[in-house]
Amino acid sequence: MSAIDAGLIQAGLGLQLLLAVVAVAAALLVSPARRSLTVGVISAALAATGLATGIAALLGAPGSLSLDTVLPMDALTLSPDRLGGLFMAVVSAVGLIVCLFGMSSARGPAASRTAWAAMPVFLVGMQLVPAAADSVSFLLAWEIMTLGSTVLLLADHATRASVSSAGIWYSAMSQLSFFFILAGFAVLAAATGGTSFSAAGSLEPGSAAANLAFVLFILGFGGKAELVPLHVWVPRVLPEAPSHVSAAMSGAMVKIGVYGALLVCVRLLPEAPAWWGIVIMVLGGVSALYGILQASVASDLKVLLAYSTTENMGLIFLGLGASMLLRTSGATGAADAALVAAILLAVSHAAFKATLFLGAGAIIHSTGERNLDRLGGLGRRMPFTAAAFGIGAMGAAALPITSGFVAEWMLLQSLVNGGRLQGDASVAASVAMPLAVAVIALTAGLALLTFVKAYGIAFLARPRSAPASEARDVPGLMRLALGLGALTVLTLGLVPGPIAQAVAAAVPDGSGTVQVVGLAGVGVPGINAVLDPLLLTVLAAVVGIPVLVAMLVSARRHPARISELPWGGGGSRARPRMQYTATSYAEPLVRVFDDVLKPTRDVQVTHAGESRYLVERVTVQQSVSDVFETRFYRPVLQLVQRFGIAVRQIANGSIHRYLTYSFVAFLIVLIAVSL
Amino acid sequence: MNVLTDVTATDVTAEVLPAVVIALVQVVVFVALAPVLVGLIRQVRARIEGRRGAGVLQPWRDLRKLLAKNPVRAADSGWMLTAGPLALVVSSLVLVVLLPLVGTISVAALPSDLFVIVSVMLIGVVALALVGLDAGTAFGGMGSSRHMTVAALVEPTLLLSVYALSIPAGTSTLSRIVGSRLDDPGIIISPVSLLALVALIIAIMAETGRLPVDNPGTHLELTMLHEAMTLEASGRDLAWLEVGGWLKLAALLGLVANLAAPWGVATEFTVLGVLVGVGAIVVKVLLLGVLLSVGEVFLAKVRLFQVPELLAGSFALAFLAVTASYLVA
Repeated sequence: MSAIDAGLIQAGLGLQLLLAVVAVAAALLVSPARRSLTVGVISAALAATGLATGIAALLGAPGSLSLDTVLPMDALTLSPDRLGGLFMAVVSAVGLIVCLFGMSSARGPAASRTAWAAMPVFLVGMQLVPAAADSVSFLLAWEIMTLGSTVLLLADHATRASVSSAGIWYSAMSQLSFFFILAGFAVLAAATGGTSFSAAGSLEPGSAAANLAFVLFILGFGGKAELVPLHVWVPRVLPEAPSHVSAAMSGAMVKIGVYGALLVCVRLLPEAPAWWGIVIMVLGGVSALYGILQASVASDLKVLLAYSTTENMGLIFLGLGASMLLRTSGATGAADAALVAAILLAVSHAAFKATLFLGAGAIIHSTGERNLDRLGGLGRRMPFTAAAFGIGAMGAAALPITSGFVAEWMLLQSLVNGGRLQGDASVAASVAMPLAVAVIALTAGLALLTFVKAYGIAFLARPRSAPASEARDVPGLMRLALGLGALTVLTLGLVPGPIAQAVAAAVPDGSGTVQVVGLAGVGVPGINAVLDPLLLTVLAAVVGIPVLVAMLVSARRHPARISELPWGGGGSRARPRMQYTATSYAEPLVRVFDDVLKPTRDVQVTHAGESRYLVERVTVQQSVSDVFETRFYRPVLQLVQRFGIAVRQIANGSIHRYLTYSFVAFLIVLIAVSL
Repeated sequence: MNVLTDVTATDVTAEVLPAVVIALVQVVVFVALAPVLVGLIRQVRARIEGRRGAGVLQPWRDLRKLLAKNPVRAADSGWMLTAGPLALVVSSLVLVVLLPLVGTISVAALPSDLFVIVSVMLIGVVALALVGLDAGTAFGGMGSSRHMTVAALVEPTLLLSVYALSIPAGTSTLSRIVGSRLDDPGIIISPVSLLALVALIIAIMAETGRLPVDNPGTHLELTMLHEAMTLEASGRDLAWLEVGGWLKLAALLGLVANLAAPWGVATEFTVLGVLVGVGAIVVKVLLLGVLLSVGEVFLAKVRLFQVPELLAGSFALAFLAVTASYLVA
């Protein structure tokens, strides 16, 4: 049996590599007319194979694939453990719906030869990172993933300047992340004498090398996982990439950052000191709050979704940090639950954020607009997209019967129980837990506002522009992708029990953390909590049916009368411009959080003639920029630039000067060698 | 104590039947009570202000009138105007079923978990906000925006205050919290509990749109939160929205009543116990309604942009309550 299983993983990994090569070849060779379909199908097969391999690994099938290299080092080993299998399955599932969507939505530069060749590269890179069993193959797969995503992002660089700027930001930040991760692995390898992950366990917890490696890893993986202050690439890159690529980046690639952090904190360097947990909690908490604040005031739909990704990653890291802190203070039950909650959050985020980005892609496909202030009334014109986006938005707002709710509920339960049940809570834990609950609560509240705004402004009310009023729903394949995404969000939310159990089994000593109770509900014995969403739905149906019947009966007796103008505040309702927009919707929030967001306002009043009292026109402009970018990155970049300009004096183009430099360098080398 | 063993081990019919009966009684009592409560609040206020008032039963008469009318809908409004009221009423009804109002007996697989309850309530909040946006008018959007801003800022206080209340009981299940207060009334007047209760009351006032956050009696559009969202609703749409809001107010007042004075709530399933439970909760809720009404006469609505300060204050109280119960006790 195990031999077959072992063969399964090996065959799966081999097939993935093969399919990736075939897909790249197809992208280069197939004629443009059939390219999207052919490469899309092969990439979808690649994703499906990855999904199967990942699920097999998640269920505990052993097996590995070794690739010998010409370099004088150990063979590259791909051997996904349960946790790796889980993440491989998650990224592959996202990849599958992204390929389905991309087949139909990719047009113009996004369907070019280069773009389609990059897609399977990106996918296979993401699949292999969680499969890697040594640091060299991890880094190699990581770079393949980064390369693929960068090329995909740059698809449209020729026509839009903002894309090239986003590309530069993305490359710089990715390489910064890579540098930190490389340095982290270098520290580990130097301290333990091997590149294999199993060798890393010999490192003494709390030693200087372990601390250094931890800081480097968190900086690296935190950058990929969009944590503040390394998130600056997010609001530029995710909106500028083609929508199915943004879905893959936000739904899948960011999870690889989470996987990296889990790998470090759970597998490579377990038994963390308390301050590691606190550092991760602070990073996560700040990211969650800052991300959702920016998302709630954003008017560009994709910027909103991008910042919301930062928020969700923040919550995941908050859970991970809380789990580490609780473990040091002996609250094992709560610590296990917090860890499972963090991973569940990652899984559910993959589902709902991919759906939301694909929904945004559908809107852009139909209207060409991504500015919420110019959308509206799409619910009636694109009912299918509206339903899928609505379910995704409910997941993002953590409302019941969606996946987001189960994960957040479990996180809150573990935090609340963390200090309480296991007695000797440390002072740090007893201050950190309430603060974390407050952060999650405020984040959840603002997320609710954000997604009510996103859904309400885009899909309800009246169209705010001509393209929005002429929108049509998207064609079949895109609907299929959206429907699959929305269905996953609901399934994860309605029958969370088995899924949570599989997730719990993926972390060390976690298999008893979660039980399946009732109708596929979640039970967490360690913190004494149960949640049965299906039963809750049945209850809602039982109390709801009489109300629904009463409504239907009264609708038959007293049919509604449609009026152009039931209540229009004086009758000027006819102009859609008078509606609330996304910007005005967030206005109270901008005022409340003035000090954090630092909006810039510009009011220009044009007077009529000579009078100071008669106003002809008032122009108001308000923009919210990223504080971290304007206050931290810009000054640093300016400094670097000034240094560059100063250094330019040295290289002024004179051949004589360069010859002098070579001569001096040569002398120095000679002296150094002779010493 | 252990919820999980309850789920698997107990005989299902013996456990489910009392819980279902209690839930049914709670729904019937609160559906009947909620409009009376609102009528009483308005009547007491009218009397204190020197008016005659329309009588305690006026909300019931309003409902009958609204349900028998043909609703008028804006040409651009969609399905949300139909689905929103349904979602709001269902969320309030689920709230009434789950909260320990008449009795603390509930199905073990469906505990009155405070996070679940808050989320169920948020469904109603979201439904109302979307109804406000549906017709595409300036006032609806304004109300919706303000309503969601307040809801977002209330959330931390709400969760932290119930967190504080849950610490002495050792569980976040509300029926157990109420039960533990009944067993040991000393908890109720401890400083931690009082701080948490005050914070909770402020949060609930904000959540249900009462003074000083929102003025339920206002007819000036610019000051409205809740009423602005329902401007476009008429006939049965409006009736169901009103019922949903009233039920939520009654249920949350019932929760506060049972946390502050748990006596009378049925812990055992007997006919007498349930009857006493019904009587007790009706008296307690109506009494709180009178107190609320008297309080509101002396309060002015604060400016919208001072609401965050009020909520920050209540958040500080709740946070103090939680940390104090860890570090001092």
